[in-house]
Amino acid sequence: MLRTSDRRQIRQQRDVNCGAPRQRRQTSTEASTGERDFRLTQIVTANRLIDGIVVFQDEAGGWSADFARAAVHEDAAAALARAGEDVAASLIVDPYAVEVELRNGHYAPKTLREAIRATGPTVRRDLGKQAEGLAPIAAAHAPTEKPHVSL
Amino acid sequence: MYRYDEFDAAFVSARVGQFREQVGRRIAGELTEEQFRPHRLMNGLYLQLHSYMLRIAVPYGTLNARQMRKLAEIARKYDRGYGHFTTRQNLQFNWPALKDVPDILAELASVEMHAIQTSGNCIRNVTADHYAGVAADELADPRPFAEILRQWSSLHPEFSFLPRKFKIAVNGAPQDRAVIQAHDIGLQIVRNDQGELGFAVYVGGGLGRTPFIGHKVREFLPQRDLLAYAEAILRVYNLEGRRDNKYKARIKILLHEKGLEALRDAVEAEFSARGGASLELPADEIQRIAVYFAPPPLAPRSGTNERVERRRGKDAQFAKFFESNVVSHKVPGYAIVTVSLKPIGGVPGDASADQMDAVADLAEDYSHDELRVSHEQNLILPYVALDDLTTVYDRLASVGLATPNAGLISDIIACPGLDYCALATARSIPIAQRLSERFGDGARARAIGPLKIKISGCINACGHHHVGHIGILGLERAGEETYQITLGGSGDETASIGQIIGPGFSSETVVGAVETIVDTYMARRSGPGEAFLDAYRRLGPTPFKEALYQRNAGADI
Repeated sequence: MLRTSDRRQIRQQRDVNCGAPRQRRQTSTEASTGERDFRLTQIVTANRLIDGIVVFQDEAGGWSADFARAAVHEDAAAALARAGEDVAASLIVDPYAVEVELRNGHYAPKTLREAIRATGPTVRRDLGKQAEGLAPIAAAHAPTEKPHVSL
Repeated sequence: MYRYDEFDAAFVSARVGQFREQVGRRIAGELTEEQFRPHRLMNGLYLQLHSYMLRIAVPYGTLNARQMRKLAEIARKYDRGYGHFTTRQNLQFNWPALKDVPDILAELASVEMHAIQTSGNCIRNVTADHYAGVAADELADPRPFAEILRQWSSLHPEFSFLPRKFKIAVNGAPQDRAVIQAHDIGLQIVRNDQGELGFAVYVGGGLGRTPFIGHKVREFLPQRDLLAYAEAILRVYNLEGRRDNKYKARIKILLHEKGLEALRDAVEAEFSARGGASLELPADEIQRIAVYFAPPPLAPRSGTNERVERRRGKDAQFAKFFESNVVSHKVPGYAIVTVSLKPIGGVPGDASADQMDAVADLAEDYSHDELRVSHEQNLILPYVALDDLTTVYDRLASVGLATPNAGLISDIIACPGLDYCALATARSIPIAQRLSERFGDGARARAIGPLKIKISGCINACGHHHVGHIGILGLERAGEETYQITLGGSGDETASIGQIIGPGFSSETVVGAVETIVDTYMARRSGPGEAFLDAYRRLGPTPFKEALYQRNAGADI
């Protein structure tokens, strides 16, 4: 049985991949069929304790600031349980599952709230994940700055 | 302005040390989030949509150049180069890292600032009229009393675990510029028949999901009884306020459920039982605090200035600025200048670090080292000599801070909304941006006249939509942003809660709906002298409803 401090160290090491090139790992279904699995609808997100930045749980159970590295699940229960360990290890806070959907071949959060959370403020395109190339490629409802539509 | 004494400095510094230790223990895993949350909230630190958010107190909205420069420095060093001024006269940073917050608080303490009681179920930052001490119509400066309340309420052992947050506002002029009737306690400085100054006391005002206008519980409260009476109100609230449901925990709900008379009786009984003596404010103590707020020696000058008049004659933009952003001062030859943080198409209340520095320089050079934050999310230079006005204007214009729209339709209050806030249900800022682009700050906005639009991104109503002449509330319906419009709200001395005008509007249609409302007003007003609020109160909702919905109803047939 690992002590909490050891677990914490391991998690921190896993967390290092935040800066790795953004490339989604293929799921097992994708690997066998070459197609995206539409049953995969959930990812797990949280805020990193030390700086509050939004992070996503990756396939290895580590945490990445890059939405593209988020592991997509059919049911996030097991991933959430795993996230609970990282809460206990004081790496992250407030983990929860987010519904995602495929849009033009890319996963994106279904709700506007989660799209903004994974992207950054729609009124400041120079801030947040969108400014660092870490936002979803096809955000649901792609938030627009000033939609020019009127009555 | 108030300067920390040794006690204040030691207290704030000790608090920074305390929080540094708490953050250290949290990061080391010795405190769980549940254990840590109350500590961070008592220090103004929230976890928001993208990151932590640190809310810094600007007591009664007054700060000096050194403090503003420190905020700019923190914005650059620890945040993303900007800050957001709020409807509670505070400043919020949207991106601080937890590990940096103790250092930020230490930096703040070095300029006599902190983030204590900007969150949590305690007595929050006491707010006041942003023209305090300089308004021509003022009876007395409300800030000495706000400061006394601040000192009394800071870490008050009995009132640190209230059923819910508690907000107090003080106003010193007949015109209410502090929205006191939307506060848990609103204090209006008045003079009694004997010519003594005291307070009319309002209780139970509040916005949020259940808006109420405050009720007057005391016509006249002598100054010496300020703390004893506030204590009596808070004791009744602390004892009887609901703790079973946080949405029903504010004193407004207690007043509503208990009734005004019963609440007043309970407060008066508590006040009498204590005799007031233990907390009586000695006149010399009021005077000691008041000295901190004594106005700088301003030699009266000519009420008009040739340079200003010449510039008004040849520069339309300056003339507009003079008309809307410059208010007469109680000392002839001086002006109160509003620095609009509402650039057309910009984010209401946001200021870059460079802009903060520029305003700090102006305060130092031309406003006796003093600045104000208004609850309308603007900044104020309270002591500008008319001789300096053109220079101040030019320097403001050079950093994009001379938008001539104070009090006009594009001077919009908007909460951060879903762009930043974890509680929000819809975005507020983009609506404010589009409305300000639609109406601008030119001839059209000027023809419309005084009109306050206030936008909230959820029912918690941080954007004060209930008291907007036109209020907009952003909600989420079936995954889409939808906006409910209220009309006829007001936050001044004639305070009222706006009425919902009908079914909500989509993000695409809400700006057009506001335009329909404004066009209806323009067509129906008795003349240019009848402001929107007056016209609405005369006309009622019907013409606005018809204009908004009749056409749509017809189209359905």
